[in-house]
Amino acid sequence: MSVTSINSSTTGTGVALPVVEAEHLGLTFSTNDGDVVALSDVNLTIEKGDFVSFIGPSGCGKTTFLRTIADLEQPTSGTLRINGQTPENARKDRAYGYVFQAPALYPWRTIEKNIALPLEIMGHSAQQQAERIKRTMDLVNLTGFEKKYPWQLSGGMQQRASIARALAFDADLLLMDEPFGALDEIVRDHLNSELLKLWDRTKKTICFVTHSIPEAVYLSTKIVVMSPRPGRVTDVIESNLPRERPLDIRETPEFLAIAARVRDGLRAGHSYEEVM
Amino acid sequence: MKSGLTLLQAVLAVVAGGTALFGLVGAAISADAELLLTLAFGFGALTLARFVWRPISFWLDGVAAALIALTLVWALPRGTVMPGHYWFGMVSAWAFAWLFVDQLSAAIRKGTVPRQAMGLLIPAVFGVSLLVMWEIVTRGANVPPVLLPAPSAIGAQLANSAPILWADFVQTFVKSVIPGYIIGCLAGLVVAIAVDRSPFLKAGLLPIGNFMSALPIIGIAPIMVMWFGFDWQSKAAVVVAMTFFPMLVNTVAGLNAASSIERDLMRTYAANYWQTLLKLRLPAAGPFIFNALKINSTLALIGAIVAEFFGTPVVGMGFRISTGVGRLAIDLVWAEIAVAAVAGSAFYGVIALIERGVTFWHPSVRGGRA
Repeated sequence: MSVTSINSSTTGTGVALPVVEAEHLGLTFSTNDGDVVALSDVNLTIEKGDFVSFIGPSGCGKTTFLRTIADLEQPTSGTLRINGQTPENARKDRAYGYVFQAPALYPWRTIEKNIALPLEIMGHSAQQQAERIKRTMDLVNLTGFEKKYPWQLSGGMQQRASIARALAFDADLLLMDEPFGALDEIVRDHLNSELLKLWDRTKKTICFVTHSIPEAVYLSTKIVVMSPRPGRVTDVIESNLPRERPLDIRETPEFLAIAARVRDGLRAGHSYEEVM
Repeated sequence: MKSGLTLLQAVLAVVAGGTALFGLVGAAISADAELLLTLAFGFGALTLARFVWRPISFWLDGVAAALIALTLVWALPRGTVMPGHYWFGMVSAWAFAWLFVDQLSAAIRKGTVPRQAMGLLIPAVFGVSLLVMWEIVTRGANVPPVLLPAPSAIGAQLANSAPILWADFVQTFVKSVIPGYIIGCLAGLVVAIAVDRSPFLKAGLLPIGNFMSALPIIGIAPIMVMWFGFDWQSKAAVVVAMTFFPMLVNTVAGLNAASSIERDLMRTYAANYWQTLLKLRLPAAGPFIFNALKINSTLALIGAIVAEFFGTPVVGMGFRISTGVGRLAIDLVWAEIAVAAVAGSAFYGVIALIERGVTFWHPSVRGGRA
């Protein structure tokens, strides 16, 4: 789909732009040991309401791609549009919320003050702040922990607070970089199903980096398989699983078929490495 | 062991009780024994019963230490050397005090004694023991006051010259140290923020700050006196020069303490420079800034006192110390030193308390993991 394509089904409300659109995107880091190609010729379109997972071995550029969307890295070739804007303008528009691998909560602020941080920076009134803090803390099931400090909470609760912080200012796009990578599997399953419910309720677009195949298949409407050296997209898999997904969907044949395809895609990327 | 003591405690108990017994024997054969001291020796010697009868409470050791120390200081003769067996009393009081503190800290560890109330007792016993031994040695051995006056003499001088000491304290601490400290620390903080923002300033100002810190205080003090006059202004200027650099380097390091992920977060919010500075980098630099404030609290006092050696109106702690040494008024010098030590410690303590309140979240303060 091109940037200029118009969704004809919308009547008069205007242009339905893709949320993320990358064309021939490339990013090369120059290091002391020479250039490292982190991304090479990435073409990808993410529509509004998609739940897109990026999966691949480490070094495949999935985090770099997410950081490029967030304007934390600058591409060296190709074009990237977020809501039709440059990544820099999208960032200045506060178009996305970013959830990092670590919770990155500021230890001198209570949980509610941490969630208030983006709201303070964006100049919301005290009343608006209170209302949004309450709503987002509710959304991630942290009500009752407003006055606690981050170091008084478990890792899973800290990561939930950081998700609440990313949701607080109501950006339509949520970028999540292995948010549950440091958590144990039980907590992770729980947070995954909560994330799905949250996505369903808020109708946000979510980009989710992971290296777990079940996590990617369970969560996504679209799975982007990537491979390293150079970092590139090897397969884009549309998932036909229903939006409503209980945890035991992971034992159904449909689920396993998609997981098998992801695994094949990852293997293809690896065989390339062995040839080299 | 029957007495319920560790090896160290048993040795201390033997030394404490044994020397008390020797003191008792000494008192018995000497011509003019002090009654109260003799009784205290007797009490101390009785504690030896713990080895043959049954363990005794460590509070009794504390009482023995206090009794022997008190009666010994009371019995000290004026102007002559004390009788030989009094030395047994000093060793005995010291051993009892050690024994008491050792058992008390063990009891606190076990939780049989409340930490809050009794925790302060240990440093207090330590400090008082030091003072008592100082008193006994200087007076008991008749040390000339010019070499080392007894604590009681220093205390008397403190009381007698309170108005002088107060005036000196105001001149040096209130007028020189406090303004110099505030100006120096603020300047260091502001310059650090400027240096952090501009690579040009980093290349230019950091070496100058480094250079200033390398200047010897006895070199800059006379120059400051020439520049700013004899009164407190020149002393404050020396304090500024001394406190500036520690604040500068610590803050520059502290401003880089925020992790890259925490800065990236600010960037995703499109936060501007000042928002990032106020909401992330300065709070993260807090522990570093307080380190500098604590280092400077003691540096500032030293700087102001030493600077007064190079010209001052006839008031001030440094002035009093330098003229006091010249007039052999050593107890006044010591009284001045005591005031300086108390003021410096209190200053440091206040800063440390504020630090606990402000950087409560840091693992070093809350005692948790990172």
